[in-house]
Amino acid sequence: MEYFLQQLINGVTLGAIYGLIALGYTMVYGIIGMINFAHGEVYMIGAFIAVTAFTALGVAGVTFVPLALAVVLLVAVTFTAAYGWTVERVAYRPLRGAPRLAPLISAIGMSIFLQNYVQLLQGARVKPLAPVIRGGFELLHANQFSVQLSYIQCFIILATVVLIAVFTLMIARTPLGRAQRACEQDRTMAALLGVDVDRTISLTFVIGAALAAVAGVMVTMYYGVVDFFIGFQAGLKAFTAAVLGGIGSLPGAMLGGLLIGLVEAFYSAYFSIEYKDVAAFSILVLVLVFRPSGLLGRPEVEKV
Amino acid sequence: MLALTGVHAHYGPIEALRGVDLEVAHGEIVAMIGANGAGKSTLLMTICGAPVPSAGRILFDGADIAGLPTFEIVRRGIAQVPEGRRIFPRMTVLENLQMGAAAGDATPSALAAGLERAFALFPVLAERRTQRGGTLSGGEQQMLSIARALMARPRLLLLDEPSLGLAPMVVKQIFQVIGEINRAGTTVLLVEQNAYHALRLAHRGYVMAQGRVVMSGSGAALLADPDVRAAYLEGGAKPPPGA
Ligand SMILES: Nc1ncnc2c1ncn2[C@@H]1O[C@H](COP(=O)(O)OP(=O)(O)OP(=O)(O)O)[C@@H](O)[C@H]1O
Ligand SMILES: [Mg+2]
Repeated sequence: MEYFLQQLINGVTLGAIYGLIALGYTMVYGIIGMINFAHGEVYMIGAFIAVTAFTALGVAGVTFVPLALAVVLLVAVTFTAAYGWTVERVAYRPLRGAPRLAPLISAIGMSIFLQNYVQLLQGARVKPLAPVIRGGFELLHANQFSVQLSYIQCFIILATVVLIAVFTLMIARTPLGRAQRACEQDRTMAALLGVDVDRTISLTFVIGAALAAVAGVMVTMYYGVVDFFIGFQAGLKAFTAAVLGGIGSLPGAMLGGLLIGLVEAFYSAYFSIEYKDVAAFSILVLVLVFRPSGLLGRPEVEKV
Repeated sequence: MLALTGVHAHYGPIEALRGVDLEVAHGEIVAMIGANGAGKSTLLMTICGAPVPSAGRILFDGADIAGLPTFEIVRRGIAQVPEGRRIFPRMTVLENLQMGAAAGDATPSALAAGLERAFALFPVLAERRTQRGGTLSGGEQQMLSIARALMARPRLLLLDEPSLGLAPMVVKQIFQVIGEINRAGTTVLLVEQNAYHALRLAHRGYVMAQGRVVMSGSGAALLADPDVRAAYLEGGAKPPPGA
């Protein structure tokens, strides 16, 4: 029971991170009908910026954790958003209206380029980071096993909940959110009503990248290491999460992320850590067999 | 207000407009009739920059708008009720109307005034404000499409077959509303298959065929023209009894 509870906490934490990345996949898919294969790399860049910023602040002698965290979040979100914007400008916009395969290939090219670019710049070895937030709560102690909720896990879960609330409100209530949904449903009509479609698509990439940057900061603090390959691994999981939840559905992305996080945590705890990915992808296959549009996705056949 | 000279438009290799000349003066209702595939919808879309004209000039208030992106053109005061209504299916009636305000004054007070005008024009929309656009009836969608186009207070309103698929009662109501909108100061360019109603309402009319304007004149003159009668009125679209 105690062991189960601990895995639940770990799984939710992991799920929050996957969910934040998955939102970027699903938003971009919603608006341009395309998987942004470079999104995982954008997240990885966010994590690298976080490590660099934390290290720089450490050297500069900033020891007050909330301040350091705020600065790192700001820096990581700003620069990563700029990368997201650039990816759209370079790999997608010139190919708007081209056959569907073309932007897909250019996105894969972008992804490979960004991996190698970071590897060249930062080296192939893992970058470590000293723990920024230590300690935690002991929730339970029984049968020689203690259930821990670390402060960093608290931070990850709380920050994710707040971000998702803000993000959901943004999509539902603000003019930008409405414009995004309008572009998703009928791009030509949105333009006829005065929406700058290109700008709206750019902002979608920027928001997706900003969320991925927050996930990058979280991962850096949680695991304390990053390398140029984490974008591929986490990207694949988050993409799986987005498809599992129903690609194009924002609540679906969060639910998918949570499920993948939980499956991974429990599978590695009770079965084998080597095969946790097999478990995650098996769930995906199973769900897609019975619900091809994902858990919360809308079936493709809709008359517009 | 609007003047097109020698406008051409292509869809890939297909030439849909082959040198259109046309003028709409401030305060007018101008009707455009023509057979299926004549290029009427293409004309309205080309005025809005989608597709971008491949040749010719489009002057709106004296400025050439050919080549500008769609959102900039419509922000100058042109709104369109496009063919097929194009309501956002997964947005509520209210959200569809809010989208309509995007090209105009987007302050809360302007928005509230716009909604009030829309609901006064089509009271049924007020009842359905939280219903999703995709679940409205065809007539309600047409009303919503018109109301949405008016939200930005356009100076020029382009209407593409607003009577298509509607019951005679609703058709009558829609044409009445178009007249009201015009009297309130909005210039109207109206594309219609329903030549009888359109030409009766319009000050002037044009006839299009195969991507060109082939005839023009006052609404009454076109209605009386034997060629127009033969092609667009007596072929089945007779004036409804009592209209
Ligand atoms: N998106 C498109 N791609 C290719 N060809 C098109 C496209 N839209 C229209 N066309 C072609 O352009 C020509 C003019 O079409 P348009 O829709 O403007 O005609 P219309 O006068 O509005 O006809 P209708 O009365 O049937 O609505 C037609 O031959 C049509 O097949
Ligand atoms: Mg048409």
